[in-house]
Amino acid sequence: MSSQDIPEENLPAQQGHAHGAVDVADEKNPFADPGLPPHEHRIQDIDEQAARRSERAVALLFTVSMLATVGFIVSYVTVPHDRSIYVFPIGHVSALNFALGVTLGLALFCIGAGAVHWARTLMSDVEIADERHPIEASPELRAKVHEDFRQGAKESAIGRRKLIRNTMLGALTLVPLSGLMLLRDLGPLPGTSLRHTLWSKGKLLVNMNTNEPLRPEDVAVGSLTFAKPEGLEEHDEDFQKEIAKAALMIVRLQPDNIKDKRELEWSHEGIVAYSKICTHVGCPISLYEQQTHHVLCPCHQSTFDLSDGARVIFGPAGHALPQLRIGVNDEGYLEALGDFEEPVGPAFWERG
Amino acid sequence: MKKLSARRRHPLAALVVLLLALACTGGLYAAFAPAEKAQADDTAQSLAIDEGKKLYTVGCASCHGTGGQGGSDGPSLVGVGAAAVDFQVSTGRMPAATSQGAQVPKKKNIYTQAQIDQLAAYIASLGAGPAVPTKEQYGPEGADIAKGGELFRTNCAQCHNFTGKGGALTKGKFAPSLTDVEPKHIYEAMQTGPQNMPSFPDTTLSEQNKKDIIAYLNAVNGDETENPGGLELGGLGPVSEGLFGWIFGLGTLIAVAVWVAARTAKAKKS
Amino acid sequence: MSTTASNTSRSRGKAPGGERVADWADGRLGIYTLAKSNMRKIFPDHWSFMLGEVCLYSFIIIILTGVYLTLFFHPSMNEVEYHGSYVPLQGQLMSEAFNSTLHISFDVRGGLLIRQIHHWAAVVFIAGMFVHMMRVFFTGAFRKPREVNWLFGFLLFVLGMFTGFTGYSLPDDLLSGTGVRFMEGAILSVPIVGTYISFFLFGGEFPGGDFVARFYSIHILLLPGIMLGLVVGHLILVFYHKHTQFAGPGKTNNNVVGMPLLPVYMAKAGGFFFLVFGVIAFVAAIAQINPIWAIGPYRPDQVSTGAQPDWYMGMAEGLIRAMPGWEINLWGHTLVLGVFIPLVLFGVILVAIAAYPFIEAWVTGDKREHHILDRPRNAPTRTAFGVAWLTVYFVMLIGGGNDIFATHFHLSINAVTWFVRISYFVGPVIAFIVTKRICLGLQRRDKDKVLHGRETGTIKRLPHGEFIEVHEPLSQEQLHTLTAHDQYKPLELGPAVDENGVERKVRATQKVRAKLSEAYFGEESQITKPSVEEYKEITSGHGHH
Repeated sequence: MSSQDIPEENLPAQQGHAHGAVDVADEKNPFADPGLPPHEHRIQDIDEQAARRSERAVALLFTVSMLATVGFIVSYVTVPHDRSIYVFPIGHVSALNFALGVTLGLALFCIGAGAVHWARTLMSDVEIADERHPIEASPELRAKVHEDFRQGAKESAIGRRKLIRNTMLGALTLVPLSGLMLLRDLGPLPGTSLRHTLWSKGKLLVNMNTNEPLRPEDVAVGSLTFAKPEGLEEHDEDFQKEIAKAALMIVRLQPDNIKDKRELEWSHEGIVAYSKICTHVGCPISLYEQQTHHVLCPCHQSTFDLSDGARVIFGPAGHALPQLRIGVNDEGYLEALGDFEEPVGPAFWERG
Repeated sequence: MKKLSARRRHPLAALVVLLLALACTGGLYAAFAPAEKAQADDTAQSLAIDEGKKLYTVGCASCHGTGGQGGSDGPSLVGVGAAAVDFQVSTGRMPAATSQGAQVPKKKNIYTQAQIDQLAAYIASLGAGPAVPTKEQYGPEGADIAKGGELFRTNCAQCHNFTGKGGALTKGKFAPSLTDVEPKHIYEAMQTGPQNMPSFPDTTLSEQNKKDIIAYLNAVNGDETENPGGLELGGLGPVSEGLFGWIFGLGTLIAVAVWVAARTAKAKKS
Repeated sequence: MSTTASNTSRSRGKAPGGERVADWADGRLGIYTLAKSNMRKIFPDHWSFMLGEVCLYSFIIIILTGVYLTLFFHPSMNEVEYHGSYVPLQGQLMSEAFNSTLHISFDVRGGLLIRQIHHWAAVVFIAGMFVHMMRVFFTGAFRKPREVNWLFGFLLFVLGMFTGFTGYSLPDDLLSGTGVRFMEGAILSVPIVGTYISFFLFGGEFPGGDFVARFYSIHILLLPGIMLGLVVGHLILVFYHKHTQFAGPGKTNNNVVGMPLLPVYMAKAGGFFFLVFGVIAFVAAIAQINPIWAIGPYRPDQVSTGAQPDWYMGMAEGLIRAMPGWEINLWGHTLVLGVFIPLVLFGVILVAIAAYPFIEAWVTGDKREHHILDRPRNAPTRTAFGVAWLTVYFVMLIGGGNDIFATHFHLSINAVTWFVRISYFVGPVIAFIVTKRICLGLQRRDKDKVLHGRETGTIKRLPHGEFIEVHEPLSQEQLHTLTAHDQYKPLELGPAVDENGVERKVRATQKVRAKLSEAYFGEESQITKPSVEEYKEITSGHGHH
């Protein structure tokens, strides 16, 4: 930044001298600072009665605060924590929360209001001007500090003994690496874990609601069903992690309505299974419009067309929802014919 | 409501319904609820279908075709079942003013229940479909509220919000709020999938599942639902909370700051 | 013990109790020296100077309530079955974090209140910082010597956002879990290292069993620790620099006019703490925030519509919602621009406002201290830039809530998104131009007022039948206040050749600077304030209109 070369005349004149100093006579400069206006009295300053009224008001506020605190303690002790009351216009609320909040609020507010009213009406309101002093040090002080620093640096010989300086800098640069290393065990390396889900060939599609394996005839046109892989139970230790990738959305379309050839191939009689996890940032997308066959993500409004390979038709998602290839096993249940062929969920650098 | 629906199961219910319907429709014959169809007299049944057909011709045929086969302005009604008719007509969605626009909104219902039942009987006669659910199916007895919550979050919350306040869909469509929607209609909607809502047939969302969901909704979005912390702020989450925090939280504090910093009135001011 | 010391203690010995305690402390801490410069420190009165206090006090409230919450919260992701008093979740599987938050909300008396105070205070804290920052920006209070404090404040704002985000994620509910999932997706989009960072942060694949415990230590220890340090530094600098003030009679660049800390500001500022706490407690009593019981425990396969972060992350949310889905696949790698660009823009937008003071200082080349605040109209380019920045910010806030706006105003979500996409580019430009025009208009009006006086609204008929409005000349106080501001002249690069006819070398940066300077202070960008001569000519010439 070079500002040495700004011509001084482009800066306005020093403040305070802009129109001549305060001491310039008024007829010369009509814009001159007339100085602080004379102090005017408040009614409380001249009328003792008014002052006493203020005093009483302040005391009243402090007293209300005390009463409110008593009210807080009484509510805490007497109001059961599961009591519900109707408060107009708020509605049915917890009696305890309401009582405690209102009393606490009142107790605190009245202390504040009392103190401020006291300050505003009874404490002196004479305005005082305080001088400012420049923050920058005087040239003498500046020179002295610089000199002291140079003296110290010279005594340390850091400039002369380069070997010490360089090795010290090296050591200081390297030592934080230990700290960085220690962060390594925060988690495992990604490996290929984002590419695999619990789905594999022969895994049955289990209805999320009934926990029963699905048959093709269970899934009607226009209906929406969510499924998980067989064997994954809600109380499993890794349920959250697995369902975050394996959750399925199953709909049935009229086979004629399916525009994408691969989608039709991977479906069973028009039943298609798509990942429920949005390819944008991983929300469970499932706002299925059965007439338009669009699914909308409730988080960022990416919209996918389930009748056309689940391609993105609106919003910030970058690619189509992955489809799971399904078929029917010998017993007539819907089953997966393998894992997803591409990673489910949000895109990442190694996704490719 | 409870008493009335208990009496519906009485052997004489059919007669009562008949009488009520007669009174309502000014001398027309009445239909029977689809669930009771099996017990109903064949003649009454066919009369109801006939009356339903008349109502259909006046109110519905212009879009859905004279035989319910569908047309350019309305889908085929063959096989949609009585539940779909009951849902669409009693929530006022049908007959729709126009097939234009993103979706047909809920409005005031202009038919009596008896007329709706007749229409339903007629549509049901065109092809088998889900029947109107009974009180046992959607009533609160034997429902597991917590299971219903889990099912609601899996199947419904993505469109209708976690306590059923509704939400946006694509291109101006929306999932309506479920506040004050009758349990029967919620049941029918799950069963039939009105407009763009997918259906949740019993094969994938069992009767018990539906009952649980309705019980959960009643618990978290009913008239008596408690919001322990105070104002619900629409139950919409952080957007309304943020607005409230800015306007009432920070707004109040700024108003207080103005008072704290303001000059106290002077005694003599010209 | 020297004799002098014992003499002093003897002479002080008879003092009243309070003084003796103070003497004791002074002998060890030197408090009298501190008190000398600070006890009667002057603070100017203006409501906008209290915005920073709103932030400070809500920060203290957050710390107090946060400590209480840690007594009951279990930062663990172990799965447990719920058996507390909230019926609609009975028997559900959830993490211990969620379970303990339910316990705080339903089974600890006053727990819900403290939770709600904590959360409301956080919303107010960051909103307060935002408004405070804008106040500092639009009045030019960031100029020398306060640039460092501006940066401290900016860092507090950014850290506050992340502290809020980590805290919001702790209950492990369905809404915050969705937010954490978004964060995972955003990290994955970072080229080369994204996948690794994500695995290290979550201890493996999302969601894993670690992030609540890790966010917990970040939320209650790391970030608040840094913030506390910055707050202390921020306050020390406020004391050291002394507060700025608006121009006015008696107020110069070399003084500060107001009331002393003891007693007036002790009472006002101390009282204001209680007022802030009281208001937030009252809000927590009447308005529910983050009802996690209604939202339900987190499961990666469940979601609710209207999934939004708290407001301060709304700008990031808007960017990510408005962005088209660009993705580039090259040589077996994926560049997730659809997520990564918004992530970068989020940083760029924030840094733009943080860096502004340094850019302005470079353009003006002004090395003087500034203690008199600008009226926003007197710095039209800065004000216009600030409004343009705010426009981007608020457009993106709308974008972050596009679904809620769509349903509540009966619009198409796609239309709202397109509006946001277009406004992101067009909005700030229009805002910049309009704001600058308005500022210049206001400057002209001020000039008129100075030269011709105040319009009284009284219409007078002159003898020859003409109607005129009576203008009342301004008082000297008003004249001074309206003309006290500085006006820079645009930077001139000087002649292209020097006196010997040799071409002068002008560096490219200097050319940019001259261009910017012209844009800031050229004829198009400021109205020359009335001079004494103009004033005298008008007032003496034709008399008063």
